[in-house]
Amino acid sequence: MGPKSIRILLVEDNAGDVRLTQEAFKDAKVHLDLYIASDGVEAMDFLHRRGPHAESPRPDLILLDLNLPRKDGREVLMEIKTDPWLKTIPVVVLTTSGSEEDIERSYELYANCYISKPVDMEGFLSVVRNIDDFWLSAVKLPREKQR
Amino acid sequence: MQTANSNAPAIRILLVEDNPGDVRLTQEAFRDAKVHLEMHVAVDGVEAMEFLFQEGKYAKAPRPDLILLDLNLPRKDGREVLKEIKEHPNLKAIPVVILTTSASDLDIEGSYLLHANCYISKPVDLEGFLTVVRSIDDFWLSVVRLPAGERHGPQVNSNSAG
Repeated sequence: MGPKSIRILLVEDNAGDVRLTQEAFKDAKVHLDLYIASDGVEAMDFLHRRGPHAESPRPDLILLDLNLPRKDGREVLMEIKTDPWLKTIPVVVLTTSGSEEDIERSYELYANCYISKPVDMEGFLSVVRNIDDFWLSAVKLPREKQR
Repeated sequence: MQTANSNAPAIRILLVEDNPGDVRLTQEAFRDAKVHLEMHVAVDGVEAMEFLFQEGKYAKAPRPDLILLDLNLPRKDGREVLKEIKEHPNLKAIPVVILTTSASDLDIEGSYLLHANCYISKPVDLEGFLTVVRSIDDFWLSVVRLPAGERHGPQVNSNSAG
C-alpha cells in the first residue's frame, strides 16, 4: 500500500479559481485528492455524507471561500467548528474579502487561518503553493477517526 | 517603535517555551524573518497567562499577534493554556501554533479539538528546527492575514493598558 493521499475539500463557487487551485496543486509535494463543493449546502452535504455524497471521504483540510451561494461560507465555518465530528478538520479561509471584520470574525469562529486571495494569477498560485508547503509538509494534521 | 525600513507595525509573537536552548534557537531563526517582529517569551504556563491577561509585571504587555506554544510546560501545562486561550472571548482569535516535541496522535487530536490553529512537531535536529521556524515565518507572517485585535493604525511605541 502506498502513502495515504491527503484529501482536500475546496469550497469555491468561482470556476476559474477552482481550475487555478487544481493547477497549482498539481505540483504539490504530496499525493493529494482535491474535492470540490460549489456552494455552502454542497459543502455540508459532502462533510455529513448526505445524499449523493454518502461515500465521500473525510477531508484532511478544507479550503473555504466565505462568499458562497445557497449557504454562506461564514455559516459553513460555524457549522464545521461547532460539530464535534468535524471541528478538528483544519479550515483555511481562502477568500476575496480582506475586511478586518471578516478576518476577526473568522478567527473567532475558529478558522485555522485566513488568507486573502491575490487578484493576480501568479500571486494566487504562490499562495496555493504556500498552503501546500505549510499545511501538507510542516504541519501535523489530525488523523481520520475510525467510525 | 517605528523602524527606518518598515511602515508596517511590528508583529508581536509570544513564545511559550521552557527550554532555554529552544528559546535561543527560535529567536535566532526569526532574526532573518521577512517582517519586523518582536518576540516575547514566557517560560511556563502561569507566566503565559499573566502575560496575556496583562497581570502583575505584565501590566503593559502587548497583545500578541501570534502565539507559539509548547505543550509540556512547568507550573501550568500547555494544553491547559491552549484551552484557556481558546475559551476566552478576548483571546480566542489569537492564532496559536503548537510547537512541541510530542508527536503523539493523542496530543495532535487533542490540540485541534481545543482549537489550536495548527500543530507542529519540533524536529530534533538543528537544521530541521530552523526550517520549521522559517516555514512558520513564511506562512504566518507573510501569507496569512492575522486578526487585528486591539490595534488601530500604525503602532508607535504603544504602551496603552487594556
